[in-house]
Amino acid sequence: MLLIDCPYCGARPELEFVYGGQAHVARPRNPAECSDEQWADFLYWRDNSRGVHAERWRHTHGCGQFFNALRDTTNDHFLATYRVGEAAPALERVARPRT
Amino acid sequence: MSATFRAASGGRIDRGRPLHFRFDEHDYTGFAGDTLASALLANGVHLLGRSFKYHRPRGILAAGAEEPNALVTVRRDGARVTPNLRATQVELYQGLEAQSQNRWPSLELDLGAVSGLLSPFIPAGFYYKTFMWPRNAWQRLYEPKIRAAAGLGRAPEEADPDTYSSRFAHCDVLVVGAGPAGLAAAAAAAASGARVILCDEQPELGGSLLSEATVHSEAVIEGEPADRWMANTVRTLAAHPRVTLLTRTTAFGYFPHNLLGLNQRLSDHLARPDSGQPRERQWQVRAKEVVLATGAIERPLVFPGNDRPGILLAAAARTYLNRYGVLAGSRAVLVTACDAAYQAALDLHRAGISVKAIVDVRSGSADGVLPEAARRAGLPIETRSTVIGTSGRLRVSAVRIQRLDASGVPAGPARRMGCDLVLMSGGLTPSVHLFSQSRGKLAWDESLGAFLPAQAAEPVRSAGACRGVFSLAAAVQDGTRAGLAAAQSAGITVAAAIAQMPPPETSAVGILGALPLPRGIRTGKAFVDWQNDVTSRDLALAAREGFRSIEHVKRYTTTGMATDQGKTSNINALAIVAAELDKAMPQVGLTTFRPPYTPISFGSFAGFARGELFDPVRTTPMHDWAARHGAVFENVGLWKRARYFPRQGEDMHAAVARECLAARGHCGLFDGSTLGKIEVVGKDAATFMNRMYVNAWTSLAVGRCRYGILLRDDGFIYDDGVVARTAEDRFHVTTTTGGAAGVLALMEDYRQTEWPDLDVWLTSTTEQWAVIAVQGPSARRVLEPLLEGIDISAAAMPHMSVARARICGVPMLLMRVSFTGELGFEVNVPADFGPAVWQAIYDSGQKHEIAPYGTETMHVLRAEKGYIIVGQDTDGTVTADDAGLSWAVGKSKPDFLGKRALQRPAFASPYRKQLVGLLTREPQCVLEEGAQIVSTPQRAAPEAAIGHVTSSYYSASLGRSIALALLRAGRARMGETLYVAMPDGDIPVQVASPIFYDPQGSRLNG
Repeated sequence: MLLIDCPYCGARPELEFVYGGQAHVARPRNPAECSDEQWADFLYWRDNSRGVHAERWRHTHGCGQFFNALRDTTNDHFLATYRVGEAAPALERVARPRT
Repeated sequence: MSATFRAASGGRIDRGRPLHFRFDEHDYTGFAGDTLASALLANGVHLLGRSFKYHRPRGILAAGAEEPNALVTVRRDGARVTPNLRATQVELYQGLEAQSQNRWPSLELDLGAVSGLLSPFIPAGFYYKTFMWPRNAWQRLYEPKIRAAAGLGRAPEEADPDTYSSRFAHCDVLVVGAGPAGLAAAAAAAASGARVILCDEQPELGGSLLSEATVHSEAVIEGEPADRWMANTVRTLAAHPRVTLLTRTTAFGYFPHNLLGLNQRLSDHLARPDSGQPRERQWQVRAKEVVLATGAIERPLVFPGNDRPGILLAAAARTYLNRYGVLAGSRAVLVTACDAAYQAALDLHRAGISVKAIVDVRSGSADGVLPEAARRAGLPIETRSTVIGTSGRLRVSAVRIQRLDASGVPAGPARRMGCDLVLMSGGLTPSVHLFSQSRGKLAWDESLGAFLPAQAAEPVRSAGACRGVFSLAAAVQDGTRAGLAAAQSAGITVAAAIAQMPPPETSAVGILGALPLPRGIRTGKAFVDWQNDVTSRDLALAAREGFRSIEHVKRYTTTGMATDQGKTSNINALAIVAAELDKAMPQVGLTTFRPPYTPISFGSFAGFARGELFDPVRTTPMHDWAARHGAVFENVGLWKRARYFPRQGEDMHAAVARECLAARGHCGLFDGSTLGKIEVVGKDAATFMNRMYVNAWTSLAVGRCRYGILLRDDGFIYDDGVVARTAEDRFHVTTTTGGAAGVLALMEDYRQTEWPDLDVWLTSTTEQWAVIAVQGPSARRVLEPLLEGIDISAAAMPHMSVARARICGVPMLLMRVSFTGELGFEVNVPADFGPAVWQAIYDSGQKHEIAPYGTETMHVLRAEKGYIIVGQDTDGTVTADDAGLSWAVGKSKPDFLGKRALQRPAFASPYRKQLVGLLTREPQCVLEEGAQIVSTPQRAAPEAAIGHVTSSYYSASLGRSIALALLRAGRARMGETLYVAMPDGDIPVQVASPIFYDPQGSRLNG
């Protein structure tokens, strides 16, 4: 079970959270101006990263807030969690866990 | 029967406490401290089971968790039956009853052994190759027969009466394994001030030290005798306030972020567990640092006939002697590929067992310290020799020994040597199971001939034999270092200078794979996997048939796939495949280690979550009233909903017909409390609703309701429900019962992440309201006497309006809505008032023949009106237009969820599946929901379905069956005759409007 650092509540077990898919996929401001291809991109196309992945989590059984996280998909280590609206922290500044 | 194979002295058993036990039909005696395996060996019992596939007689191979053969069923009573326990891990208690498995009628005379005679015809992949035809026979004939013939123990047939406990724990350092390295690690970490948990699967701490001789032991640790060091260390740890010691506790799984699952067995070793005492406790330990000191497992040697009872791992025989005082035989032959096993021969010799020969299969001259000691003791050593076969029916009686020529192949005359005990040692395999489970990378160490922990993926260290540090002194030093380093990494200042400690020595031992045979390893029946009866020949066959990856070989031959997960077999299997393919070991790959390390009971995982605590149950405020009035309930998600209220003698069909007629004729009373309810409040509430739902909310006046449809951004219907505007800045949104949580989550997602600038707040109020639907032509007259401060006449309160008032003196939100097509009201009162208000309405309705109805009648009434149920008449691929609901869509709004998707060309196709009604030609025939619709009867060739039935009922009001369906180009097919294909023939149906009852809606507005 993952240990997830909610930016509002602190470290909590994965049981309290719901995964929310890839982060930083903004809904187009004017969907009507999107081509079919752009809309399909927004709806369906997601990264499948091996390595660092920016993703959304919601602390459903806690504060209820959505937040973003950087997770290494190869080992499930969280490199950072940060609030909605904040930019992803630069990776050089993220402390790597000891392996 | 007397214990004739017990040494006169020695061992850690309590000879003052004899214990009586029963195995199959025989009574035996052992001692406290025995395992079932050691006690049986002490009674001269070597035959414990029959093998899985060939029903070969099998005995005890090992002394610990790795045992593949000696599986037994332990029975306390009818419900307390545990199959497939390793006799080597079953602690003896007074009155223990155990049974052998996989034999009939008895262990000595097993008729299933006939399959052993057929074994030349049962090679690897036999099942895949043979039982291909006819196809149906697999399910009906072959599989049941194979399952009955092969198979291990049987599961108990009664419910488990025991209780199981669970616990969460945190620590600085978790040490797994309490052998020399683990004890040293725990002691070092604890002395530094770390909070330590030390767990071990055995009843006593000490690990391999427990197998050292209790008299005349040469083992020394840090200058003192090993057993004294062990006792002192355990005493210090036990007295330490920051140390938790867990015996009989298996670390079975290593999960992300240093969470380990431990299973603690609390009462299986007790003759009479206290009533109410949990049987097992499952720990979930979140450790800052983990030290794995899981030791190593001795590898068997692979030679023909290596599976007979009386053939043991050398270290196991030494454990039985030194720990349990058991003589595993009287005339022993040791077959070895390493020096360490000579210690077993020396210990046995000293205990009075005649060592007939030490067969050293290596090419060297065996001149290490231990072989020299064996020579001095006069033990006959056959260097550069091997065993090419064994004999003996229910126990080994002889081995055949042959010398190896210069190229390592057996040559020259073979010698037969009588014996009743064969010890074998192929060397040690480090136990890297947990490290590998933690997603740490393993690396092949050529010099050691082993996979060792390399790159870690978690804060974990390995110490001692599990990373190839086999010698006692080095393992203790390695454990100390790991314990200190773990404490330091956990943030504790340690006194010692870890970096200055010398690196531990590792030592190469043993051989891998099959022993050579005169005509190659494809001859003879040399077992690699004892539990699944896989031989070296099977593995060679798989390689010859083209299997290249060890993962494929494993699945094809089933090697390593039994309950022991190949603890003794995997590395030998890998080496055999590598040799057959002429590849290096790492190129063949290693199969994945998965939890659990040893089988864990379901009870342990269920813990407290069983019976009433298995799943939460949600009940409505009126639940007890419904139960008192005979309601039959159904599960809807976690909710219990009243399905129908049968009166005396009524079945569901009769009850539903009566309830439907009551609602249409007079008045029905329905509990709608499970509907999801979300309060949407704030200055921007209308804007938010406009963006979420398809409807135009700005035009909805305060005091009015509207049927809302929620799409996902892909344009498909996600949920629906009536929305009431109770104030300029406040909407009371209802959702489907099942969709409530999802709708709130979807709303929160958009509110928080897409439109954080909107001033809007969302609150789930599902459980705050009791919802009482009063439906039918008399509904108004039933309610009127109970209301205060409100006029509910048709003029004052038209269909789809909402008002606050009081009912029976309590506050109420009254909505005039209908999911039946009749005049209807939904009375919302604070949940605690629900039962009283419900009763008052019921009483008031008596003179109007009011009838409570359940979900089944609700379904029929709404289907008669063509009202959809999201999730039943829609399936995630249905648009609002498909469902005939495009009238609800606010097309002039600039945007809402799903709006852009509606412009997709596919959504405009006239050939989409659309909601229609179906009328069977035979009015009494009720279609099956999910049945497929085709256009031509009596088809010569299979034809693609053009739709399917989504809802189907008998309508008492109409006196005939009705159905809703999703049908391609359905609205253009009105009046067409189509066919619902069923196994016993087609059912002709006519396509009709989905609104079967009161199409003008005049009753609704009454």
